[in-house]
Amino acid sequence: MQSATEQIIQIRWHGRGGQGAITAAKVVAEAAFRSGYGGVVMAPTFGTERRGAPVTTSLKISHSKIYDLSPITTPDIVVVLDHMILHEVDVTAGLKPGGWIILNTPRPVEKHLFPGYRTAVADVTRLGVEAGLRKGIVNTGIIGALGRASGLIDIEALADNIAVEFAGRKPDANAMAARLVYDATLMFDNMGGSTDA
Amino acid sequence: MSNPIIESGNVAAAMAVQLARAEVIAAYPITPQTPVTEKLSELIAAGKMDAEYVAVESEHSAMAVCIGAASAGVRAFTATSSNGLLYMSEQLHWAAGARLPIVMCVVNRAIGAPWSVWNDHQDAISQRDTGWIQIFAKDHQEIVDMTLKAFRLAELVHIPVMVNYDGYYLSHTYMPFEPPDAEHVDAFLPAYTYKHALTPERPESLNTVTLPDARLDVDGIKRGGYMDIRHNLHEEMGKSIEVWEEIDQEFQALFGRGGHPVIDPYRCDDADVVIVAMGSMANQFRVVVDRLRQNDGLKVGILALQMYRPFPSAIIAEALQSARHVMVYEKGLSYGNQGALYGDIKSALYPYPARPRLHNFIAGLGGRAIPTESLYQTMKTACEQDLQTPSAQADAPQWIGLQL
Amino acid sequence: MPDPRFKVLTSASTSGPGDAGRTGSWRVERPVIDMSSCIPAKTGKHACHLCWLLCPDNVVSKEIEPAIDLEYCKGCGICAQECPVQAISMVPDADFLEGADSE
Repeated sequence: MQSATEQIIQIRWHGRGGQGAITAAKVVAEAAFRSGYGGVVMAPTFGTERRGAPVTTSLKISHSKIYDLSPITTPDIVVVLDHMILHEVDVTAGLKPGGWIILNTPRPVEKHLFPGYRTAVADVTRLGVEAGLRKGIVNTGIIGALGRASGLIDIEALADNIAVEFAGRKPDANAMAARLVYDATLMFDNMGGSTDA
Repeated sequence: MSNPIIESGNVAAAMAVQLARAEVIAAYPITPQTPVTEKLSELIAAGKMDAEYVAVESEHSAMAVCIGAASAGVRAFTATSSNGLLYMSEQLHWAAGARLPIVMCVVNRAIGAPWSVWNDHQDAISQRDTGWIQIFAKDHQEIVDMTLKAFRLAELVHIPVMVNYDGYYLSHTYMPFEPPDAEHVDAFLPAYTYKHALTPERPESLNTVTLPDARLDVDGIKRGGYMDIRHNLHEEMGKSIEVWEEIDQEFQALFGRGGHPVIDPYRCDDADVVIVAMGSMANQFRVVVDRLRQNDGLKVGILALQMYRPFPSAIIAEALQSARHVMVYEKGLSYGNQGALYGDIKSALYPYPARPRLHNFIAGLGGRAIPTESLYQTMKTACEQDLQTPSAQADAPQWIGLQL
Repeated sequence: MPDPRFKVLTSASTSGPGDAGRTGSWRVERPVIDMSSCIPAKTGKHACHLCWLLCPDNVVSKEIEPAIDLEYCKGCGICAQECPVQAISMVPDADFLEGADSE
């Protein structure tokens, strides 16, 4: 029997309290589950959270039921909802070599090179506004970048689940934000690979 | 069957209480329990649940309201954590002595001082002698299923039931589970009726001063004294294990889930070393067991204990008869002695021919992280060293993950 | 409904004199009713009866002239406190012992 831990994809979300990282992780969890991943576990930081302060959320995805609920320490992917968090938190802590950093930033991908890791960037804040969202709503948009870079879940499944989760709260604009970001995501492999746009 | 959904453990508990058609909810908010009662108050406010939500000023009052409701023949529910549970302690004893079928979710959290909002089991463990039935869930599906079964059990044996689940690890974590459909739940859980239900037509005295000796009541019927009533509580708590197993079978027939209501063993059949744990940590150990078997060739299994009070001594002792070593991991203890669960398991094994060597580990108090890697390493070390450890030393609890 | 295999022993019983045992032996002072002030006795009508209503041991009868069952009256004095016309006085039980001094 193979150890369950090795089949689990671990995604750590970095956002600010109130920014919606938990909701975003929940949407991805739903989409993963509906796409055939039988095991999904999403856990916010245990304890207290403060609006505006950096917070993390853990998402584990697996083909079979997940029994280990301990917080993620060695993520495969980190999702960063706001590039200013990079000044406050070491988002690469424990990130597996070659792991993805999915980043919302207005700056070009070349400005965010993390040696030994792969980076995917998009100006999620701007694209959210283009999609019809209030400025600063980034949690749905960044799901598009995660979908693009990771290839884990189809963008249509992600967009559908966004629309369901945001029923009554601009479902179409939120889903559109993810689609726009999916198309605009730029990826850079700083393992010595090439960009893919 | 209904479709699985992804929600938090607290929402899972609230959904079960809604499906159980609880009629009175009285609760006081405390982290990490708060979202359960928030959800229930929302459901009631939105007209999705026909219940009275009684906002109280303390946990003591919350339990007092539940006692009043259950005495009037109404299905009552509350939920709490940590110091809130301790604040209702006096009323817990009362509810059990009065044999009221109240169901309470305890979202397990460490007890102050020092103040902590994080998980361990000391809150429930400290209330183990109240006369409440205590069950422990390992995941969200069990939270839902156990809460529904808890109402059935409470009302069949007339003993209150505490459904325990880990704060944060389960309460605030999201995972898939299947909410049972309402129609089947109604078939499974008939309406609560109470033969002593308070009514002006038939006044009764309930739990007034009860003398040491049995006596004839006003109708000339012999009534037990305090000790007779308490003896009956003890006896019938023991008999509740069998009823819990029967309920699980009924539940399984209707919903297709269950089968391990008292203990849930994983890879224990040929195990030389059996780990015993309660709550979500028992599921975490499945991963550790797989690794120890795969990487180290160690025959290890995990026995999850689902029911802590009444303590299923015979079931546990029999399950451990072929093990050479038993490792008890727990998140609470009897200070100045050992882990509470460890002591219980040791005493359960005493009358049995095979007494495996026992080891006690204390983990995760006040939310101290329990990395799977450290569980794996402590188990590996313990398996390699255990025969050399003098028994007196092995009997003392080992604390995992101390930082000072 | 409880499982028939369970007795569910509780302290629940019909309220009435004797429900808590022979509580008359607890008494230090006994209530004595002055029927010339007692409302039902004076008016000859079923009125007031507060002593009957409030007695915790149900030992006061609901009669025109209320009677107190001294076998079970524990002497708590609630009736004397609650009587709106102060018709009930609490008298030391010892005064009623045989051979006790009387005026």
